[in-house]
Amino acid sequence: MSGKPRGLRLFRNLNAKVAAVPMVLTTLVVFVGGTLWTVLYSFTNSKLLPRWQFVGLDQYKRLWSNDLWNAAIWNLAFYGVMSLIFTIAMGFVLAVLLDQKIRFESTFRTIMLYPFALSFIVTGLVWQWILNPEMGIQEVVRRMGFETFTFDPLHNPDTVLYGLLIAGLWQGTGFTMCLMLAGLRGIDEDIWKAARVDGIPKWKTYLFVVIPMMRPVFITTLVIVAAGIIKLYDLVVAQTAGGPGNASQVPAMYVYRYMFTAQNLGQGFAASTMMLLSVLIVLIPWAYLEFGGKKHG
Amino acid sequence: MADVSMAGVQPRGAKPRRRFSGSNIMLYGVLFVVSVYYLLPLWVMVMTSLKGMPEIRMGNIFAPPVEITFQPWVKAWSEACTGLNCDGLSRGFWNSVLITVPSVIISIIVASVNGYALVNWRFKGSEVFFTILIFGSFIPYQIMLYPIVILLRELGIYGTLYGLILVHTIFGMPILTLLFRNYFSSLPEELFKAARVDGAGFWRIYFQIMVPMSLPIFVVALILQITGIWNDFLFGVVFTKPEIYPMTVQLNNIVNSVQGVKEYNVNMAATLLTGLVPLFVYFVSGKLFVRGIAAGAVKG
Repeated sequence: MSGKPRGLRLFRNLNAKVAAVPMVLTTLVVFVGGTLWTVLYSFTNSKLLPRWQFVGLDQYKRLWSNDLWNAAIWNLAFYGVMSLIFTIAMGFVLAVLLDQKIRFESTFRTIMLYPFALSFIVTGLVWQWILNPEMGIQEVVRRMGFETFTFDPLHNPDTVLYGLLIAGLWQGTGFTMCLMLAGLRGIDEDIWKAARVDGIPKWKTYLFVVIPMMRPVFITTLVIVAAGIIKLYDLVVAQTAGGPGNASQVPAMYVYRYMFTAQNLGQGFAASTMMLLSVLIVLIPWAYLEFGGKKHG
Repeated sequence: MADVSMAGVQPRGAKPRRRFSGSNIMLYGVLFVVSVYYLLPLWVMVMTSLKGMPEIRMGNIFAPPVEITFQPWVKAWSEACTGLNCDGLSRGFWNSVLITVPSVIISIIVASVNGYALVNWRFKGSEVFFTILIFGSFIPYQIMLYPIVILLRELGIYGTLYGLILVHTIFGMPILTLLFRNYFSSLPEELFKAARVDGAGFWRIYFQIMVPMSLPIFVVALILQITGIWNDFLFGVVFTKPEIYPMTVQLNNIVNSVQGVKEYNVNMAATLLTGLVPLFVYFVSGKLFVRGIAAGAVKG
């Protein structure tokens, strides 16, 4: 729309350039521009409104001495590590199970994947209800005669993250299972034949042949899941709202709080810059491995 | 006749063995237990939403209702309160429809044209923009939220449906462009060249050749966007006002409201209602859904 011609070369493929205007605007204005803007303003003391008054690293010092932020970071780190391990391990094991030429494969796959179609809000609310101590699992088991049975993860600061994990894994493992299954199906049948001829047991073939061959699938899954974990927000809002106390606060909630309710923009900007930094820590090594040496496609 | 048709067919080994071997029992046993874990929440949601509150307090959340009632559904849909509004989740539902439909259509049009331009009409720098776009999809949204608030305010559409539609279009770009770019580049290039030789231009090739040949991928994009936008919570909270909150936001406000007596049956009916659209899309679309989510993982 706004592509005012300045030279003749600009006229070449004019339609294609017009068609690419949304992409150019999105990348330049929102992705690059927006990111740079926030990073720059994280060095200011903006409060209610963004204000260009440079204060150096003050916001970051304040951020890292804030208990809420530290709690959020450690919660996310714990949740993230557990979630990564379990999502990938469960996804792989389920994919292996489904790859055994079983009956009703597509039924099982449908069952495992449907939670992925649901929102984190729905996920969080359902599991909040199932884990409800007065009427959920705990109460059902108690009425079966186990009077002292306790299973109330969401109201105990030490276990609330496991409660989130149960819900998060329920929602997300179907997705990793699908990626892993696609990876398993991509492995040459001849490998299996060769392993069988050599008399290698199945589990050994999986462990020492198939998993190393699926390295790219694992790495891609890892990056996608990790990038998703850093954004973790809706699930916590719906299931625990960050509680009990600050036991399930996460960085995304901290950002939202300071940007939109506590009206301390500088803190929000600094916190979101830290989130960006953590994504880059995941992303840059991956991009380097993936696109660094060779160039294809 | 029978001989001829049988000649090339090799019996494939695994099918007929119906052994109840130890490993098979293990295998199906594990799959059964896993399926229970996945199905349990859906079961509990449906059962709870069909019970009356007295029965919920007395009974077992896993048990089917003794007396089926649809009252919780009616209440969730048309009477449940968020703040001062007591017209139920129907408001959020229609807001979500008003958000999702245009967002899906606009984002798919923009991204498909963009993917087509990236494949067949490359210009200097187009690949650079594409790379930034893909990397942009990994950036946490939180860092772009405030600049977008400013942008929308400058455009005069902050807090309106238009603003949210624009936001969904922007954040749908990376994945959809990737999807369409990959698909279009798998089409034979000769088609495009032949059309060029015959004098067809940019838009004509797009509408008369590319679109008719790519209907499956449009369906995949549709599935991806409907579920994605319907399930969004963060953008809904940040970029809209209470009157036009999408369903997910309103649902969360209803269920997690601190006032009043908790009506778990109404809450579960509301939760189920919100999940119904993506579930419907999921069960109808089957394999295409898998293709959509896998597209995000397969790099170009």
